[in-house]
Amino acid sequence: MSGATTIVTDANFATEVLGNSKPVLVDFWAEWCGPCKMIAPVLEEIAAANDGLVIAKMNVDENPITPGTYGIRAIPTMKVFKDGQVVKEIVGAKPKSVLLADLAEFL
Amino acid sequence: MSSEVRSVIIIGSGPAGYTAGIYAARANLAPLLLEGAVTSGGALMNTTEVENFPGFTDGIMGPALMESMRAQAERFGAEIVTDDAVSVDLSGDVKIVVDGSGNEYRSHAVILAMGSAYRELGLANEKRLSGHGVSWCATCDGFFFRDKDIAVVGGGDSAIEEATFLTRFASSVTLVHRRDSLRASKIMQERAQSNPKLKFAWNSTVTDVIGTDEVTGLKLADTKTGAESVLDVSGLFVAIGHDPRSELIRGQVDVDDEGYVKVEAHSTRTNLSGVFACGDLVDHTYRQAITAAGSGCSAALDAEKFLTSLENA
Repeated sequence: MSGATTIVTDANFATEVLGNSKPVLVDFWAEWCGPCKMIAPVLEEIAAANDGLVIAKMNVDENPITPGTYGIRAIPTMKVFKDGQVVKEIVGAKPKSVLLADLAEFL
Repeated sequence: MSSEVRSVIIIGSGPAGYTAGIYAARANLAPLLLEGAVTSGGALMNTTEVENFPGFTDGIMGPALMESMRAQAERFGAEIVTDDAVSVDLSGDVKIVVDGSGNEYRSHAVILAMGSAYRELGLANEKRLSGHGVSWCATCDGFFFRDKDIAVVGGGDSAIEEATFLTRFASSVTLVHRRDSLRASKIMQERAQSNPKLKFAWNSTVTDVIGTDEVTGLKLADTKTGAESVLDVSGLFVAIGHDPRSELIRGQVDVDDEGYVKVEAHSTRTNLSGVFACGDLVDHTYRQAITAAGSGCSAALDAEKFLTSLENA
């Protein structure tokens, strides 16, 4: 895959996200979701510039279980996990400046 | 900060904005077009088939149509910036537009084409549960309501289109409308009535959205009797119309009571010299892709005439 973001799946979610020592932002997205694609490059930039926050992408078409577990009803939805718990949620595409402000505490 | 003053800046990127871009570019005005950080393409990005835009016998997908318009504007030389206009100063001869990244642009003319935004019911729980069962975009979020019972509020073409689209996923879709007849076009009404998954709650308004972490139901009130009831649904799609996105220019450009930008009859001229407006930002009445595109063309032509008059002054 490209650059700084990682891919998570139903299979590796527990280890890669819940068990991660760093906070992990999970970006729930799909190929048919325009706004998801708008924020993708921004998330790449944020991931590349920040070691303290892991940014992981989960495709909702390919992973039927995890999005349901976390009540995803709209995409893009971004959830920040810390020590296995959801500590922040961002629903909908936002401009880069808004995302940076929303995620400031993790960067 | 460049001190260059361009000919024209276009704010907005639906059919109006991109068409203005095409015409302005072909008039050698080298337009700058701010298409929006996350909203480029406008309202049609959230529709599926567009069947009524002339020239497409079999219809065309909304995003595909917008992609073509964008590419056409670029082909002729429009400079497209994927950012929002966050502030403008349109009062002087030189207009100033600042984008979300802090870049400042200057021009002799500005074309406003910011379009409209989804109207909300205005309920606190509607906002609270946004993204948790409340949505304004069926094509975006319908996927998450497979085999669920959901509701759509509204009575126009958009509401019917959304409700019909959602029957692909949902087990049932209840259309909640405050009157006992639909505003929608006849063909849309016929399609709705003959869809077995579509149910109708007539003479009803939504008074509250129920649910703690996600939508579990709606409180309805009968508009004639006042009788209250609860509709058990796990999704609410609000399709009650749009409001013009004129916040950016309030206090500078004249708008009417509902926020639509006012233009001189049979033109796109606003109260400010060198400022033109088009598309759903102006249009109360028609609000179609083709009327927006037409007005975008008019705006570019009005801007061109204005710029020529500056040169000849």
